[in-house]
Amino acid sequence: MDVWFAVFLTIVTAATPLLLAATGELVVERSGVLNLGVEGMMVMGAVAGFGAAFLSGNPYLGVIAAIFAGMAMALLFGFLTLSLVTNQVATGLSLTLLGLGLSGLLGESFVGEPGVRLPKWLGIDMLIPLSFILTAVVAFVLFRTKAGLIIRAVGDSHSSAHALGYRVIWVRYGCVLFGGACAGLAGGYLSLVYTPQWVENMTAGRGWIALALVVFASWLPWRVAIGAYLFGAISILSFVVQTRGWSIPPQFLNSLPYLGTILALVVISASRRLTRGNAPASLGQPFVPDR
Amino acid sequence: MTDKDGKDHLLEALHIVKIFGTLRANDDVSLFVRPGEIHALLGENGAGKSTLVKIIYGALQPTSGELRWQGEPVTIGSPAQARKLGIGMVFQHFSLFEALTVAENIALALPGAFDIAALSQRIRTISRDYGLPLEPSATVGDLSVGERQRIEIIRCLLQEPKLLIMDEPTAVLTPQEADQLFLVLERLAKEGCSILYISHRLEEVKRLCQSATILRQGKVVACVDPRKETAASLARLMVGSDIHVVHPKAKPRSGPARLVLDKLSLAQDGPFGVGLRDISLSVAGGEVVAIAGVAGNGQSEFFDAISGEKPLARNEALLIDGKPCGRLSITARRRMGAAFVPEERLGHGAVPAFRLSENVILTRYASDKDLTRSGTIGRDAAANVAERVIKSYDVRKGKPDPEARALSGGNLQKFVVGRELDRNPAVLVVNQPTWGVDAGAAATIRQALIDLARAGSAVLVISQDLDEIFEIADRIAVISRGQLSEAYPASELTREKIGLLMAGEHEMREERHAARA
Repeated sequence: MDVWFAVFLTIVTAATPLLLAATGELVVERSGVLNLGVEGMMVMGAVAGFGAAFLSGNPYLGVIAAIFAGMAMALLFGFLTLSLVTNQVATGLSLTLLGLGLSGLLGESFVGEPGVRLPKWLGIDMLIPLSFILTAVVAFVLFRTKAGLIIRAVGDSHSSAHALGYRVIWVRYGCVLFGGACAGLAGGYLSLVYTPQWVENMTAGRGWIALALVVFASWLPWRVAIGAYLFGAISILSFVVQTRGWSIPPQFLNSLPYLGTILALVVISASRRLTRGNAPASLGQPFVPDR
Repeated sequence: MTDKDGKDHLLEALHIVKIFGTLRANDDVSLFVRPGEIHALLGENGAGKSTLVKIIYGALQPTSGELRWQGEPVTIGSPAQARKLGIGMVFQHFSLFEALTVAENIALALPGAFDIAALSQRIRTISRDYGLPLEPSATVGDLSVGERQRIEIIRCLLQEPKLLIMDEPTAVLTPQEADQLFLVLERLAKEGCSILYISHRLEEVKRLCQSATILRQGKVVACVDPRKETAASLARLMVGSDIHVVHPKAKPRSGPARLVLDKLSLAQDGPFGVGLRDISLSVAGGEVVAIAGVAGNGQSEFFDAISGEKPLARNEALLIDGKPCGRLSITARRRMGAAFVPEERLGHGAVPAFRLSENVILTRYASDKDLTRSGTIGRDAAANVAERVIKSYDVRKGKPDPEARALSGGNLQKFVVGRELDRNPAVLVVNQPTWGVDAGAAATIRQALIDLARAGSAVLVISQDLDEIFEIADRIAVISRGQLSEAYPASELTREKIGLLMAGEHEMREERHAARA
């Protein structure tokens, strides 16, 4: 029993940062913005979270710093893509490169330092239930409230939303900032809970998995949760395989989330029922209001 | 504020000026709308109608001028503000969200909280009261154009507007659907709601409207009672001169069939696409055949199937000059003498950032030998062709050989049609040949299509404009939900008959045939 509980716990720990970051990105994409900079926002959250907790000795301050670092990166992305209307794909990719480089520079003196671990509440890390509350809130807001309807409308047809008098750019800024906060928090989870230390490039591609996850989940919050745990389980699998000495190359296991996403895309696009209504129609398209 | 009849004006637009760059889209325009009247705003494409109503609806801000609402000066900063005053608008291009349901679409336009159940009930009530059938839980992407328009109308009605702006509402409707719409509008006017009705269809304006403001090149040229005018006198006011009448048709010479479609079918592509079923048609050299139909009934798929953008499963489903080519590419079909003009001119018919001469090369490099020499581009030859097209079709432009996107919509349309006509193709297929083109240029294009046919080519025109179809077509077929009716001689068809075919009468008949067999 204890072995299975330990396995379960490792899956949960691996899945939580994916769930946090992907839920944020889901809201961003629902509003019609494609932010490929999740990895960059995450890694900045990780370094800021570690740094603030290390320097102040207060892990809660670390969590707040992680959130704000993610939002600062998202604000930069929003300013470039929404106000200056740069290409979202190119800008998102640069954001990831910027985050990876900048975090390495800022975190140079933290390497090898002992981190501050976020205390547990009632024996579990509080960010784990929080990730589920976040998913539930996002699902409720998106599909049961007017605010969510407006977000989905802006993502479906920004010109129609504009014609109805909605402030497309501001709605998108809000969603992009929310996505940044989530990615930053996910990064903070890595450096404050998962492995409480700072290692350069410590997100190790989790931002990309989170991006794939949103597509895998066909833009639905609860499917993101399921997918996060599935992908989390896969990433744990490579440890199990190594300890058991099975001869499956770890590279293959590491590529499973991406293969899973491709498979999901094929299945989704083959079925009319699954395609309909989920993929935001104006995803990645720049919006310039005519005035 | 009272006018000579002693009635208050609901809306006054005074000396509105709107400048885009160097273009004066509205130049000292004044408009007066009385309560409970249906007021027409007439003008050609580009006359400034849309600009004016967007200003009234708050979607654009005037450069100068004043708006008065019930006598009070107002600034309408946004559509939300306009709706708060009691101004509703049904756009020509609907502002709907395809992935959302009818009720969600309507909820987005209403202020306040979000209660889908209560709203659905209100939608059902109002749709029953006005005879506008609509299911609140349907997804918009699945609905026809007519149904989508009903959403827009109900969306406005739920806000109990005092002024309803309709931007070319009948452009997308069958004649029968249009009649139904007129009843709704007349009833609304009787209930005291003013309607600002934008159109360039003169007959319906004469029938529906009590007054009309006519715009030409951004200026008001007249304010008349359309019931006391003739269609010809209204047209003269709109255009500023008598419209060139297309040359009375000489008898079509019945040549051999040059374009033959034999049980052409195409699978539906995507959830919002239309599949084509068993389409058979034969177009002889010397005649113009027109395909009528309401937008979204498979016209684009039909065009793509003939042009080769969507290759067919069966090579024999399409014959050009007797040769099967259903599986051949666009270029191969062009080499056989066919030419194609798609509906969307910018992006589909022409590359926006390319010069006109470069756009000439794109469609004609394979069929015109001097445009390419062993793989290199013949720029001089292309420039000559572009120059010839510009001259013959009066394409107006700012500088010699501009980029395609620098041209206005109507001028680019003249260019993309002219580019293919200039080749003297054996078979010409055109989708919406005069969409967005002013009346004078439209007449030129239509005349050119007829002349091409009379010189022995087969011309197939897909159009939603019935006036145009009756003007140029020798035979007319109607497309409805991916099926094509028989092609009837134009003289045997009336608008009513076409309306019935648009609504799918031939499908029912065929189904009965099938049931009997």
